[in-house]
Amino acid sequence: MTQPNVRSGTSVVAPLVPGQLARFVQSSKLLDWAIVLALLAVMAVGGIASPHFLTVANITSILVASSILVVVAIGQTFVIITAGIDLSVGSLVQVSSVMIGVAVTYKLGVPAGMLMAVLVGALFGMINGLIVSKGKISDFIATLGMLSIASGTALVLSNGRPVSVISPLLTSLASGSIGPIPNITLLAGIVAVLGHLVLFHTQFGTHLFAIGGNHEGSRNLGLKVGRIKVAAFMISGLLAGIAGIMLTARIGSAEPATGSSYLLNSIAASVLGGTSLFGGRGTIVGPVIGALVLMALLNLMTLLGIGVFYQPIVTGLVVIIFAIAYRFQK
Amino acid sequence: MTPAASTAYDAAVSAAGPRKMLDVRNVRKHFGPVVALDGVSISVEAGKVAAIVGDNGAGKSTLVKILTGVHQPTSGEIAFDGQPVVMHDPDEARRVGVETLFQDLALVDDLTIWQNLFLGRELTWGGPLRLTRKRAMAERAREMLSGLQINIPSIEARVRRLSGGQRQAVAISRAVGWNAKLTIMDEPTAALGVKERTEVENLIERLRDQGRTFLLISHNFDQVMRLSNEIWIMRNGRVVGHRRTAETSGDELVALITGAKPAEIGRKPSD
Repeated sequence: MTQPNVRSGTSVVAPLVPGQLARFVQSSKLLDWAIVLALLAVMAVGGIASPHFLTVANITSILVASSILVVVAIGQTFVIITAGIDLSVGSLVQVSSVMIGVAVTYKLGVPAGMLMAVLVGALFGMINGLIVSKGKISDFIATLGMLSIASGTALVLSNGRPVSVISPLLTSLASGSIGPIPNITLLAGIVAVLGHLVLFHTQFGTHLFAIGGNHEGSRNLGLKVGRIKVAAFMISGLLAGIAGIMLTARIGSAEPATGSSYLLNSIAASVLGGTSLFGGRGTIVGPVIGALVLMALLNLMTLLGIGVFYQPIVTGLVVIIFAIAYRFQK
Repeated sequence: MTPAASTAYDAAVSAAGPRKMLDVRNVRKHFGPVVALDGVSISVEAGKVAAIVGDNGAGKSTLVKILTGVHQPTSGEIAFDGQPVVMHDPDEARRVGVETLFQDLALVDDLTIWQNLFLGRELTWGGPLRLTRKRAMAERAREMLSGLQINIPSIEARVRRLSGGQRQAVAISRAVGWNAKLTIMDEPTAALGVKERTEVENLIERLRDQGRTFLLISHNFDQVMRLSNEIWIMRNGRVVGHRRTAETSGDELVALITGAKPAEIGRKPSD
């Protein structure tokens, strides 16, 4: 390794740190593992700082708390890989949850409501994709509009009131477990495995990366760019629908006004997990661990008695620091 | 095939002249009131390099976009290898056998070399699931590059890590490697240094000597003179001249392109 500043004693440190550190970080695979290291760091710090943090009960509660975010973040990641963004995911979670309430109110049964939740999520996602690809509107604006439309729809359908949902199926989803693994975490795990398979083992997955990495080139090579974009938004909407079911199960009612936190947190988890907002680069494992880090951090801060008002500041800082670090990635 | 049949075939071919891989007949393209191509006819012989030269706005890009299926001609006919074709989109053009080396190379930096080589033509299994056959693709990509004598560090390397010349070589391999009948090259060396440009030109010559057919669009007259067998000159959406490369000079090409020398073909009777 060369050290150009070795002769002048005082100036060694200053130019060396940003330049050489950046080069070291670039040349190593450090950044590929950054989010894993962050999770280990949170666990280590938490284990030392609080005797309750690494208990089975607490880890289980972190897993449960992360599950919904994991599912939404995976959907968000599919869109971000195509160099897009889906700002409507939080509202789609809400409107999907409300669909279960509608099914209960009209005595259609909870299973029908769950089906409606998934279909409505996918439908809104498809509309997002069609507006973006056929209407040639930027995804930022299209999904911002959809954010408003979907949350309005949720309020209209529910009349602004939560509907209590009592169902053995949803109770089992919320509080049952297979062995030590909570059912809701298992569901998130299944979504993650399927997401990984689609992204890395199908032609569609390759094409998602291709249009995110080189939109014009992909079109020139004959890839069906429009159709692929629509499919990415549909997956995001469909997963928001599944998240809506999970949320309804967790809180025991269909809520028109919860779920908005999933928008920013899904983007945060995706970025923490190494997904490039410029498109063409990302994984499923990354955002899953990203979501775990976010929820573990919140959990730890609560255990340590750090006020609720301070918590968003800390998570925000973590996201920004990671985004800066990833800039050095080759 | 019996000797007699073979002779009859040869006789038929020589009677019809050299085999035309591409035959564009009287193609017109209007964008609203704007006439981009005004009755263009060109042809490319099999196993040869034909070049199109012309100033900006001469209609070269529009013609390329028609030949690659991006645009559809307003009127006129296109035949590949004797068969009339209609191409509605780039995918259809690739199926017909027209591959293109695009100016920006159309490579995806974060995909591997083999993923780029197979982009849009992935080998899959599992029917509608279209699961990718990664190992088979990597293996075939390796064979393809070694067949073309292209040295690449690893087939698994991401394209981002390649030099300018290596990127170009990967893009050219893709544009000839899938049994392309015709490879269109749009300014193939515009972004390269001298050494890399020479390497790319050597590759193109080698491929031509293997019987590949190229249509070269270039601003670089030296390159056109080095690589091509024949040259079509375009101006204002028309073909204004056609030369065997051996029988022309850079000066004459410039004169035809700028209009200092009057158009010889493609004129309307009223002109």
